[in-house]
Amino acid sequence: MRRLIIPLVLCLWASLSQATPDAALVRQLAAEDSSDKVAAIRQLAQAADPDAARILKAMADDSLYLAGDKAVILEGDTAFDAASGAPIATPANPEAVTVNNRIRGELANALAALSLFDADRAVRLASAQKLQNNVGADMAPLLARALEKEADADIKALLVLAHAQASLGSADPAVRLAAVNALAETSSPTVKSMLQPLTDKTAESDEKVRFAAVAAIKAIDGRLALAENLGRVFSGLSLGSILLLAALGLAITYGVMGVINMAHGELLMVGAYSAYGMQSLFRAYLPDYVDWYLPAAIPVAFFTAALVGVVMERTVIRWLYGRTLETLLATWGLSLVLIQGARVLFGAQNVEVANPGWMSGGIELLPNLMLPWNRIIIVGFALFVLLLVWVLMNKTRLGMFVRAVTQNRAMAGCVGVPTARIDTMAFALGAGIAGLGGVALSQISNVGPDMGQGYIVDSFMVVVVGGVGQLAGAVWAALGLGIFSKLLEGWAGAVIAKITILVCIIIFIQKRPQGIFALKGRFVE
Amino acid sequence: MRKPLTLRVLSALDSKSWLALGIFLALALILVPVLNLAVPEDSAFHMSAYAITLIGKIMCYALVAVAMDLIWGYGGILSLGHGLFFALGGYAFGMYLMRQAGSDAGALPAFMIFLDWKALPWFWLGSDSFVWVILLVVVVPALVAFVFGYFAFRSRIKGVYFSIITQALTYAAMLLFFRNETGFGGNNGFTDFRLVLEHSITSPQTRLVLFGLTAIMLAATLVFSRWLVTSKFGRVLTAIRDSESRMMFIGYNPLWYKLFIWVVSAVLCGIAGALYVPQVGIINPSEMSPANSIEIAIWVAVGGRATLIGPVIGAFVVNLAKSWFTVSFPEYWLFFLGLLFIVVTLMLPQGLVGLWKKLMLKKGAAA
Amino acid sequence: MNAPNTTAEALLDGRPEGSDGADQMGHLVTGELDLSHGVALYLDDITVSFDGFRALNKLNLTIDAGELRCIIGPNGAGKTTMMDVITGKTRPDSGSAFFGQTMDLTRLTEPEIAHAGIGRKFQKPTIFENHSVFENLELAMKTDKRVWKSLLAWLAADERDRIAETLRLIRLDKEADRPAGLLSHGQKQWLEIGMLLMQEPKLLLLDEPVAGMTDDETMRTAELFVSLAGKHSLVVVEHDMAFIEKLGGMVTVLHEGSVLAEGNLATVQNDPRVIEVYLGR
Repeated sequence: MRRLIIPLVLCLWASLSQATPDAALVRQLAAEDSSDKVAAIRQLAQAADPDAARILKAMADDSLYLAGDKAVILEGDTAFDAASGAPIATPANPEAVTVNNRIRGELANALAALSLFDADRAVRLASAQKLQNNVGADMAPLLARALEKEADADIKALLVLAHAQASLGSADPAVRLAAVNALAETSSPTVKSMLQPLTDKTAESDEKVRFAAVAAIKAIDGRLALAENLGRVFSGLSLGSILLLAALGLAITYGVMGVINMAHGELLMVGAYSAYGMQSLFRAYLPDYVDWYLPAAIPVAFFTAALVGVVMERTVIRWLYGRTLETLLATWGLSLVLIQGARVLFGAQNVEVANPGWMSGGIELLPNLMLPWNRIIIVGFALFVLLLVWVLMNKTRLGMFVRAVTQNRAMAGCVGVPTARIDTMAFALGAGIAGLGGVALSQISNVGPDMGQGYIVDSFMVVVVGGVGQLAGAVWAALGLGIFSKLLEGWAGAVIAKITILVCIIIFIQKRPQGIFALKGRFVE
Repeated sequence: MRKPLTLRVLSALDSKSWLALGIFLALALILVPVLNLAVPEDSAFHMSAYAITLIGKIMCYALVAVAMDLIWGYGGILSLGHGLFFALGGYAFGMYLMRQAGSDAGALPAFMIFLDWKALPWFWLGSDSFVWVILLVVVVPALVAFVFGYFAFRSRIKGVYFSIITQALTYAAMLLFFRNETGFGGNNGFTDFRLVLEHSITSPQTRLVLFGLTAIMLAATLVFSRWLVTSKFGRVLTAIRDSESRMMFIGYNPLWYKLFIWVVSAVLCGIAGALYVPQVGIINPSEMSPANSIEIAIWVAVGGRATLIGPVIGAFVVNLAKSWFTVSFPEYWLFFLGLLFIVVTLMLPQGLVGLWKKLMLKKGAAA
Repeated sequence: MNAPNTTAEALLDGRPEGSDGADQMGHLVTGELDLSHGVALYLDDITVSFDGFRALNKLNLTIDAGELRCIIGPNGAGKTTMMDVITGKTRPDSGSAFFGQTMDLTRLTEPEIAHAGIGRKFQKPTIFENHSVFENLELAMKTDKRVWKSLLAWLAADERDRIAETLRLIRLDKEADRPAGLLSHGQKQWLEIGMLLMQEPKLLLLDEPVAGMTDDETMRTAELFVSLAGKHSLVVVEHDMAFIEKLGGMVTVLHEGSVLAEGNLATVQNDPRVIEVYLGR
């Protein structure tokens, strides 16, 4: 294959470089006047041959000089004739050609256009992409030529668009119409704004073109809206998974054990700072494996948060079982202590937790819709933790004991369940899961001492709406609240969305208190 | 023979309490002005403007604490949203102060000019009238409390659910008031007041009048609350607190009892807010932050629930500690406050008043 | 919880839910009790289920005006749930419950039912432990129980007399000012009966009224109940057979949420189905 291609490419080059550029034109590059320079650059670009590319590249690199009446290229100690590329003796006192910003922009464009004829597919693709958003009318013939030569379908598609954009300025209405119709297939806001003037009578005289432009804008808007809404649903999904991670721990400590823990948000914070701590450790001691700090942070965060949970349970919460309002106040106190503790240890400012390399970037679902990897991974992580919790609560001895203790403490004690230890372990489990949530949170939001505060109301809402003691309820409530609030945000702004959600929840509770009071029967007070 | 109501209100307090209240008012209305105005500034007995503002501010907080005690101590309903009612009263009176601060009668408040608004929003109408604004101070918190309370109590939302939902309520309100479009000065809220009833707000006389009014309001609230909790209404309320369903089977409808005390409590908070704003000179949405509201609960818990005097003591102890800490050890204030929450709930369920009673009892037993 | 049910009922009924003491607690909405056909309480095909478990299963029960009826039955027979339905705490899934001829209990709230004249004594004494004995009776006393009236309430001389009279009847006149929480278990039971009497109900529901009482107290309670019958209707749930014998009324046996047998004590005690239920196979 290779053997075949190389001669082919060589042939292509040969056919392109039949003539060396006109020396006078090259001389014009070194003209005094910027406009003369621009004209020369454009003309050279039209030629679309490797010599032109070589000369323009030299000019962009500031190695084009004027020696006497000849444009020369100086590379270190050797000199070349600019037009022919032949080595020459180093001239006596060469004069550098000034390249101002206007010229530099012109050069960049011209070089991009020229690299459309590069042998390397990747180079062509890159330059075609570069040309998507800034093409003038005078590029049209060049693009047409590139289009003719291009064999690759992807690049061709890009070139069609670029060509259409360039042709919008054409004097021929038929060309403009064709261009508008081609552009109707795109979904970029830039193209939309480019088409906008064509709907105006004063700017566009041809009626057909105007109609086509209006239709094209409509089509683009439709696709943009679709991408936007899909994007919102997705960010709602990822917000929902964050809420779910925050609420899962709460579903155990509050939903199952009945302990109202206002410091739950601070357990998220503990988890997030654990991720920060692991990142610092990896940076200091294992700089080669720094991308792996995140998997390492998961168990660390779980156990750190669980440990904090154990301390909280043993010192405070244990003494307040059954006194929910007192528990609420005492755990609020705990949250203040934890927040201030974080400030003292890590400073009041937010700390920086970077995404590992493998989490940056994303999947481009639509031209206008990018699903970032970090959010995709968080959704997956939430599902994993959910599964873990479900298995723990329903399939293990610990889960059975926890359920037994919460249903009938005295009876469970009588049959030999160590109730006090189960309480501690269940609380530690809930706290540990909050720590896992904190790790996830550290990847998409700021990590700071106050970060937990914002989640406490939200996660209680999830538990309240989902119904106490029901994992499935928590899942649906978290996803529902997440998606609903993101859609509302897009429609009405973040603050109004938040308020609307709270009002909706209050109304929801009016209509369906079972969301709250999942228990039924004669023992309900 | 039915006693007239006034007489019953008077007999709600015993003579010792009346004496204490009288001494308190005498101190606030006579001694403080003398110490501030008549005693020269370099004297050790001079009372500084700072001290008056601080104590005036804490008396407002004490008023809020008493209001909280009515609903929590006697009603058994822990509100984590009382900061909202406080702020509503404050904002209502702040509207009047903002109008007074404008350069001429018809001028818009400075922040509206900054936002390039051309006319006052409808809810600002009449805000240049002192009487109308005083009405708003009472009616707005009452209305908000009534609507919210009616729906919450009707759905039999109790305990921590109620607490969490009130917290969400004040949080939502805070977000709303943070917006410039809401029309209450956004982030910055109201500040730079100049006049109140044509008098300079920073003059020593105005300050003392506001201080005295706050003291009178606090004393009146204590008498009123005392009457309320010793009336049959108070007994029904505590009975509902202890066993709501039993009261229903006896034939009481808890909804209206809870709603009544809830609205009363909200109105008292609104009045406290209205007294607070001219003394402190600023009101902004952070007054509605959940953290502020939950701090009110700790004042009550520190002093002692269901005692009326306890919340006043608690408000003074905690807030004096706060102003001392934030000056001397700002790092440790949150640790102190957090530990206070924990220690009080774990070891002092009856608060300082309960501790005092216990000590007295022990002393009595020993003697 | 039954709140959603209540809402639904209220919507059907066209009146605002829980619309409060303000009107019902006067005598306007609930109307007067109509005992013209001699029936005080009429339960028809009442079914209540909790998460699939049928606590009451097509229960039928009629209590005549002035009757003293005893209800017995093993644990889980549905005795307490039946009382919950009558007092409005639990809404039945199906069936109807009438107080007198006209009052549909399934559409009234707890305070409304209490006000209509049904009083209930709970299995576990539920008195207000932080209130004095006197205040407990005062709270229960039949009077206007709206907020404004409570705010301005002042005990009239005849009301004090009534409380004093009840205190003597339940033999707690010496304890009037003590916190109710300090009473003995038997005294608490008596206090609750006293509170019930202060409500002046037409129908009394008594759930295990003599549990924890001495024999002497039990016998006095029986005498009191017998003296109340005639003027009031009484439904007594008990396990103490000696007490039931002393009361001497009709006995209904509940089993698995419906009536198993009905008749005088001797008849039901000899019913083979009853024996089987109580003794097992």
